[in-house]
Amino acid sequence: MRYIYCLILCFCPMLVGAQTWEDRSVFGASNPARTLRVLSSTDTSFFAPIIESFLQRQPGLAVEYFVISTAQIDEIFRAEPSEYDVVISSAMDLQLKLVNDGYGLPIANLSVPDWAQWRDSLYAFTSEPATVVVNRSAFPNGDVPRTRQELIQALRARPELFDGRVGTYDVRLSGLGYLFATQDARASESFWRLMEVIGGLNAKLYCCSGEMIEDLETGKLLVAYNVLGSYVDARETVSDQLEVILPSDFPTTMMRTAFVHVDTMLRGDAEAFVRHLVNVQSALPSPETFPLPRLTSNTDASGQSAITLEPALMTYLDPLKRRTFIKEWSDAVIQ
Amino acid sequence: MREAANVSGSLRARLALTLIGGAAGLAVLLFLVVRSYAAQIAQQGQDRILEASVTSILDAAVLRDGLVEVDFPYAAFSILSTDQDDRVFYAIHQDGTLLSGYDTLPQAEQTIGADVVHVSGDMRGSDVRIASASRTLVGADARTLVTVAVAQTQEALQVTLNRISLNVAYFGAGFFVLSVLVASWATSTTIRPLERLTNSITRRGPKDLTPVAQPVPLEMGPLVSSLNNFMARLSASLSQSEDFIAEAAHRVRTPLATVRSHAETTLQRVEREENRQALRSMVRAIDESSRAAGQLLDHAMITFRADHLERESLDLVALVQDLVIRLTPIAEMKDIALTVESDPEVMVAADSILLQNALRNLVDNALKYSPVESEIIIEVKSAPQPHVQVMDEGPGFPPDQIDRLATRFLRGDNATGTIGSGLGLTIAQDVAEAHGGDLQLDNRSEGGACVTFTV
Repeated sequence: MRYIYCLILCFCPMLVGAQTWEDRSVFGASNPARTLRVLSSTDTSFFAPIIESFLQRQPGLAVEYFVISTAQIDEIFRAEPSEYDVVISSAMDLQLKLVNDGYGLPIANLSVPDWAQWRDSLYAFTSEPATVVVNRSAFPNGDVPRTRQELIQALRARPELFDGRVGTYDVRLSGLGYLFATQDARASESFWRLMEVIGGLNAKLYCCSGEMIEDLETGKLLVAYNVLGSYVDARETVSDQLEVILPSDFPTTMMRTAFVHVDTMLRGDAEAFVRHLVNVQSALPSPETFPLPRLTSNTDASGQSAITLEPALMTYLDPLKRRTFIKEWSDAVIQ
Repeated sequence: MREAANVSGSLRARLALTLIGGAAGLAVLLFLVVRSYAAQIAQQGQDRILEASVTSILDAAVLRDGLVEVDFPYAAFSILSTDQDDRVFYAIHQDGTLLSGYDTLPQAEQTIGADVVHVSGDMRGSDVRIASASRTLVGADARTLVTVAVAQTQEALQVTLNRISLNVAYFGAGFFVLSVLVASWATSTTIRPLERLTNSITRRGPKDLTPVAQPVPLEMGPLVSSLNNFMARLSASLSQSEDFIAEAAHRVRTPLATVRSHAETTLQRVEREENRQALRSMVRAIDESSRAAGQLLDHAMITFRADHLERESLDLVALVQDLVIRLTPIAEMKDIALTVESDPEVMVAADSILLQNALRNLVDNALKYSPVESEIIIEVKSAPQPHVQVMDEGPGFPPDQIDRLATRFLRGDNATGTIGSGLGLTIAQDVAEAHGGDLQLDNRSEGGACVTFTV
């Protein structure tokens, strides 16, 4: 860990400008020949081991790792694309649109399944299902809901218990939350019924999975819908009371994706970084070297399928479509 | 005698080149036509999908409270997924103002109410195919025109086209190879009658001037009829001159006989030695002319008969013995012995008149050149081939001329002073060749000539 220099943004305020990052860290040599700038929505703690193992084979290189929400990644990157070499985000739709708009650099000879890449530019390297996380104490006798329908019934049965203690993404703020919500809405009508029930219980809305999990731990929340289960699993100390549920009616699985900016000055390093991401997850990693869920087959035994990387992801990014969806969602949730 | 033809170009090569060149041209044409057709079909396929996408977006457009809402289905874009992950662009305009999508997407000329319009264009450095259509939305108090354009890059289309091109190129090449095979077959088939005609004319005997009778293709008809015509004229001209010679010889021979008998009679009556000498020279000259005329007649007869050979089975030994009996008186005048050494019987199928003539010429020659009191051996054998060998004890043939002596009117250098026309050996050779045999001239090691006549 001696190569790691975790710099809080106040250390060098002139580089940061007006931007407020969730986190900003520099890995690698103290006075590097080159610095690879990675814009990401993934918490630094997940990426630190990955970046460290990458830097071991890249002397003279440093990695500057910026963390910010998925929606802001799109905004920041489009405003100043030349500032970043690699973009990593869990919002597959925003990533796909960036590549569709020509920001992605094709990387040759990177062998991944066809469904895990788009235009040889956008590469998926994790498979992370949206989950329901519940506090067991709210469901005595192990009567934990397994489907959205069961969750609806459970919430309706005891509104006094769950009032103000149910959380989900604020789709207006979170790119990932919006992706999960739109895919859920596409898959089943029960999503809207669930949203109406949650709305009726004065749901708390969050920007990020991390905060939702924290509130679950402290007991502020009893149920959180569409949380990244991987974030719960990755916590070193998880309360015994929390249970992560994969809804068995239909799953919504997100793939974290990365692409190299087409105009990067560090083309070789940026390509090597994305290669490293893909390769390290495919090499049966231990949680220490790769703390995120590795890429799994498009359709596993339970028929679980990931959100497909295709141009259709841009559908809900259309402003008219988004306006309509947000309006419907707000009508349901914010009552 | 063989004259090299003035050759320029080759029919076979010209035909083959024309056919192969044509095939190559057609193969290239096939490639271009099929490729452009495939490109058209592939483009139509993409256009249909883009059209479906545009239509589904346009159908979702509604005017609600004066606001245009376009809640288009997920499928509008998911049908645009391709193997090559083609990029997708779209634009939704309301009365010419961008509502959503890409403002840089080239806009097609739109006619209201018309069908979907397809154009090709450029979007962010990529070739795209654009489909666009418009629809008028009617609200409570407003009408508004919504235009939807959807564009897609053409990478998958290009991959498909390249694959088709490759396959068509293979087809074209295969087609070309087949064409080359067919062309070479066609060429040799076409040329074959010409070769057959050439062969049949080349194989002909030197005196065969009969018309070409075998069937020939229509196009060679004029050539062959010209050739036949030419040969008929040549044949007529030849036989005319032969006739003329024979007629002349015949006309000359009869008066010569008269002149000779008068000269002989006169010789009996003349006393003075110088006059008798002159008369003897005269008789000798007359004999020489008479013999020449006779041989010319013989030769003309042989030329005629050789073309119409009348073969019959005959015994060569009997023929020779008959000849020897007739010539014995002449031989005895010079004390020459004619000895026949023969197999008991040598049967051949031949023209007896021609054979007699030829053999008489050979024995005559031997008698002429043999010294007094010598022997002429005539050998008749059936093995290895039926042949007659005449051997004398004369001076033999001049070795340097031995190959050419059978040529018409040529006489050996050592024949001066001997009566002869130079036709004897020619006649014998013509007869031998007419029967498929030959005439061989040799000198005997013990001196003298040896002529072998093979039938």
